[in-house]
Amino acid sequence: MPQVTLTVNGKQHTVEVEGRTLLVELLREKLGLTGTHVGCDTSQCGACVVHVDGVSAKSCTMLAVQANGTSVTTIEGLAAADGTLHPMQEMFREHHALQCGFCTPGMVMSAIDLVNSNPAGLTEKEIREGLEGNLCRCTGYHNIVKAIAAAAPLMHAK
Amino acid sequence: MYDFTYQKPASLADAASILSGDADAKALAGGMTYIPVLKQRLAKPSAIVDLSGLGLSGITVAGGTVTIGAMTTHGTVANSAEVKAAIPALAALAGGIGDEAVRHRGTIGGSLANNDPAACYPSAVLALGATITTNKRAIAADDYFQGMFTTALEEGEIITSVSFPVPERAAYEKFRNPASRYAIVGVFVAKFATGARVAVTGASQSGVFRHAGMEAALSANFSPDATAGVTTEADNMNGDIHASAEYRAHLVGVVTKRAVAKA
Ligand SMILES: Cc1cc2nc3c(=O)[nH]c(=O)nc-3n(C[C@H](O)[C@H](O)[C@H](O)COP(=O)(O)OP(=O)(O)OC[C@H]3O[C@@H](n4cnc5c(N)ncnc54)[C@H](O)[C@@H]3O)c2cc1C
Ligand code: FES
Ligand code: FES
Repeated sequence: MPQVTLTVNGKQHTVEVEGRTLLVELLREKLGLTGTHVGCDTSQCGACVVHVDGVSAKSCTMLAVQANGTSVTTIEGLAAADGTLHPMQEMFREHHALQCGFCTPGMVMSAIDLVNSNPAGLTEKEIREGLEGNLCRCTGYHNIVKAIAAAAPLMHAK
Repeated sequence: MYDFTYQKPASLADAASILSGDADAKALAGGMTYIPVLKQRLAKPSAIVDLSGLGLSGITVAGGTVTIGAMTTHGTVANSAEVKAAIPALAALAGGIGDEAVRHRGTIGGSLANNDPAACYPSAVLALGATITTNKRAIAADDYFQGMFTTALEEGEIITSVSFPVPERAAYEKFRNPASRYAIVGVFVAKFATGARVAVTGASQSGVFRHAGMEAALSANFSPDATAGVTTEADNMNGDIHASAEYRAHLVGVVTKRAVAKA
């Protein structure tokens, strides 16, 4: 069986997988990190988004073996050791950007990548377009957009 | 998903020899098309040959030609200052494929090898008269696309790069399916000193095609109004739950006009 060595949320792991094991299966089933969700079979919903070497990727559409040697960040890796939330998590809470919470981990990971890749700031339209790959069945998106707009300056100020 | 052995060769020669030695071995690029296929058990490869270790990504612009390595992601093309300067329509097309996470992994080589009838890149390759280079030969765009999901590639042949001549003006306009973000109808128009080329994706049952009527009209007069009298037959158009064949034929005219206005 292939072995995969990767860093997840700052900690290195070596895991035995099958060729066909998906990255999301490695995270949820082998490492017990169930914050990353699976919401579809068609690579469209974005519930599974994590960061691979700093950029967003759909972990349901990536083989675990493709992540060999990479550094992966999941929703569990965002808060500080003392429990202080990442500004994006804090603003999602502040602005009621979630209802059932199923899409939230993927939303937050996509949102952080979006803010990171737009240091000059984001318009509301750019935020909405940047969330194209993340579906939410509850909120109607308005509060998610507000949360991201509020988190962007906090993230850039750090 | 059925299981397979995973290989990540370090040279093009090794990748080619694995693929040519085993008819059931399949190449993997960004996986944005092929992994969903595997998940649905629509394919049962013996081995997956990951092309990401072959050094096939990168962009060079020289002598009026933009050359893009097969493993270059849509995101890299979309954000490339060189592509934006030379062929802005190509960067914009790449930036409109799927969503951010898809663009981080999906590649130009994978898109062209797959030749989905609703994919975006085939229209740019055909309208710009690009050349597709493989581990074996160079293939002109006019010879490459052979109907939906069908190309001139032989079994196991690997695309290594794509070279685009820089046009005077060009634009891509997509009427997209709001769920999948693929093209219901997408049109790439390009104006060269020698005339206009127009390629349509998403619409036809035969995959991407050049629109002779539009090319003649736009070669004579490259302006949105020149498209007005040009008709598109509904006979060979795709019809599905998203759009009927007649509607797609109508959209070809609308979308071409918008593309010319944007170019
Ligand atoms: C949610 C979603 C939305 C999308 N929206 C769009 C869209 O709007 N427009 C659009 O055009 N596309 C869209 N795509 C498809 C996307 O562009 C894919 O990246 C692309 O079609 C395939 O590229 P890939 O690198 O992922 O290839 P893979 O999935 O890895 O491979 C696809 C096929 O090509 C073969 N292959 C790959 N590379 C090579 C090579 N170098 N030489 C020979 N054969 C090769 C593989 O064996 C396989 O058969 C979307 C995909 C998703 C998941
Ligand atoms: S689970 Fe829906 S995109 Fe990954
Ligand atoms: S909060 Fe329920 S799906 Fe987004």
